[in-house]
Amino acid sequence: MNPVNYLYLAALLFTIGATGVLIRRNAIVVFMCVELMLNACNLALVAFSRMHGNLDGQIIAFFTMVVAAAEVVVGLAIIVSLFRSRHSASVDDASLMKL
Amino acid sequence: MENLIALLVAAPLLGAAVLLCGGRRLDAVGHWIGTVLAAASFVIGAILFADMLGKGAEEREMTQHLFSWVPVEGFQADVAFQLDQLSMTFVLLISGVGSLIHVYSIGYMEHDERRRRFFGYLNLFLAAMLLLVLADNYLLLYVGWEGVGLASYLLIGFWQHKPSAATAAKKAFLVNRVGDMGLSIAIMLMFAWFGTFAFGPVLEATGETSEGKLTAIGLMLLLAACGKSAQVPLQSWLGDAMEGPTPVSALIHAATMVTAGVYLIVRSGAIFNGAPDAQLAVTVVGAVTLLFGAIVGCAKDDIKKALAGSTMSQIGYMILAAGLGPIGYVFAIMHLVTHGFFKAGLFLGAGSVMHGMNDEVDMRKYGGLRKYMPVTFVTFGLGYLAIIGFPGLSGFFSKDKIIEAAFAKGGTEGWILGGVALLGAAITAYYMTRVMLMTFFGEERWRHAPTPSPAEPSVEPAAETHGEHAEPHPHESPSSMTIPMIVLAFGSVFAGAFFGIGDRFIHWLEPVTDHAHGHPPVSALTVTLSTVAVMVIGVGVAYAQYGRRPVPVAAPRGSLLTRAARRDLLQDDFNHVVLVRGGEHLTRSLVYVDHTLVDGVVNGTAASMGGLSGRLRRLQNGFARSYAVSMFGGAAVLIAATLLMRAV
Repeated sequence: MNPVNYLYLAALLFTIGATGVLIRRNAIVVFMCVELMLNACNLALVAFSRMHGNLDGQIIAFFTMVVAAAEVVVGLAIIVSLFRSRHSASVDDASLMKL
Repeated sequence: MENLIALLVAAPLLGAAVLLCGGRRLDAVGHWIGTVLAAASFVIGAILFADMLGKGAEEREMTQHLFSWVPVEGFQADVAFQLDQLSMTFVLLISGVGSLIHVYSIGYMEHDERRRRFFGYLNLFLAAMLLLVLADNYLLLYVGWEGVGLASYLLIGFWQHKPSAATAAKKAFLVNRVGDMGLSIAIMLMFAWFGTFAFGPVLEATGETSEGKLTAIGLMLLLAACGKSAQVPLQSWLGDAMEGPTPVSALIHAATMVTAGVYLIVRSGAIFNGAPDAQLAVTVVGAVTLLFGAIVGCAKDDIKKALAGSTMSQIGYMILAAGLGPIGYVFAIMHLVTHGFFKAGLFLGAGSVMHGMNDEVDMRKYGGLRKYMPVTFVTFGLGYLAIIGFPGLSGFFSKDKIIEAAFAKGGTEGWILGGVALLGAAITAYYMTRVMLMTFFGEERWRHAPTPSPAEPSVEPAAETHGEHAEPHPHESPSSMTIPMIVLAFGSVFAGAFFGIGDRFIHWLEPVTDHAHGHPPVSALTVTLSTVAVMVIGVGVAYAQYGRRPVPVAAPRGSLLTRAARRDLLQDDFNHVVLVRGGEHLTRSLVYVDHTLVDGVVNGTAASMGGLSGRLRRLQNGFARSYAVSMFGGAAVLIAATLLMRAV
């Protein structure tokens, strides 16, 4: 199977994720969309690794997974504490950081 | 002998210090301390004079180095004195007339509770004036120059409870500042171009200096002289300075301080000799002031202000002579000395009249006083004959020489200057005769109930502080006042003949100032005869107007010229319109430029920055998703740009 198809899939997933980040309000959904984008990147990296015949892309994909795991820990903690204090998980409600 | 020079200055300076710091316990003896120390200065001057006469003409100059004031490499300022024939003349005039006026003030200021302070100021003036004429460099001269300005300010405003006196003092000080600026610039120029400001090196260096530099220095010195000597255009302070006590007017504003400008020009003769343009400016200033002062003197009803106009005019003669160069220097100084005698005498006479008339100064309320004040009448009369140049008296010798020298300038200039000087002599005779007739002759106008004259606003109602509307009882002044007047009258009568006959004064001053014999286009005898002729005409016209007709108590409206002259030929109006209004407009327009242009640029920058940031601030709306849009947008732009660059 042509590895380029994986790249099309990765681009599709990334676009879906980005669209989700931009248009959804629920923090959990936004968060999942971010994860989707990260994994789209991972897929692209692994596909490149396969296409070029070396392991660089796969190693970077591992790094991305570690970073994504750490990000999940911090992100979910923030979302939970935000929900506790405001009883809402809408990202638009948390808009206090402006002039 | 040299060591005595410093004592000339030190004696009155000590007097000033003691009297001004001594406090009330010296009130009883203060005037004696002041008078004795002034006289001490005169005695020391006389000793030095006798010593000087014993030497040959070329060895007469004495110097005394007191201490180094600013001993810096390349900037040597010394406190050092130089006593030559020119300084000696001034020392004798200043300390001599000064001592006489101290004696006079004992009587004149008898009822003033601040008499001690008055004598302190007089001593301060003497010290500063002697420092001015004894200094051997321009910087020390400047110290004396400012010192006399200070003393003049303090003494004009001595009766500071009168607002007019306080204002007059301020005016004199401010106008003098303009002149002082000229002197300080001249000194700076000298230092920049010659590297020194001592008389000797500066005046020697003039030989190899370009004419332009000498003209610049000369014009600045002329400005200084104009300020101190009340010459056009800085003349406006002298008339108001008459608010001071009369002895002050006699000493400072007639005999000594106002002649400092003449001294400065004669002392700096070498500079002016090398700068014909500056010399021409000096003669023009002198000639204009000569007529200006004389015209003002004709219209004033205030006896002191009439004499002030006359002072201005006579100093105009001196400045004119000083501007003529070596043919005039000696005569400028000679007229200065004789003028010192007769004008001080006239002022003291005026003071004596005021003393007997409840401090009334309006001549229209005098009349027929010769019976009541015989001594004042005779001394004033001799001073009068001297100033109009009556043949044989001192003014005749000195003024005639100046007129002769003016004609001898040569060419059209000579004719113009000589003509102006002759015309001035006629007007002098006119206004002095007017003063004489209004004061001592005619009907006794003070016997009528005095009515304030609304047409003459410049006359202060001085009488009201004393006698209210009581009729004055004219009486002769005490002997402390009459004796100085008699001495000065002697000087007015004989000084000119003493100086003039046998050219004594010329030989005396020649080593310092140089002298060249002028050759007038007409014979000297013709000039003398025409001087006498115009004098007779002036006296005759005045007699026809004021001697044969009664003088009205209220001033008549008068012609346009008379009214202008009563307002000092509109000098204050001119200053107000040109300088005060002009200055206001200038500052207003500068403020406008500052507000619109300078502030506009600064404020405009700030406002546009503020507006821009106000708009940029809208982007910071706090919504995480809009930030995400900009992130994605930015990333898309970056990628597009990268691809584009790669494609190219």
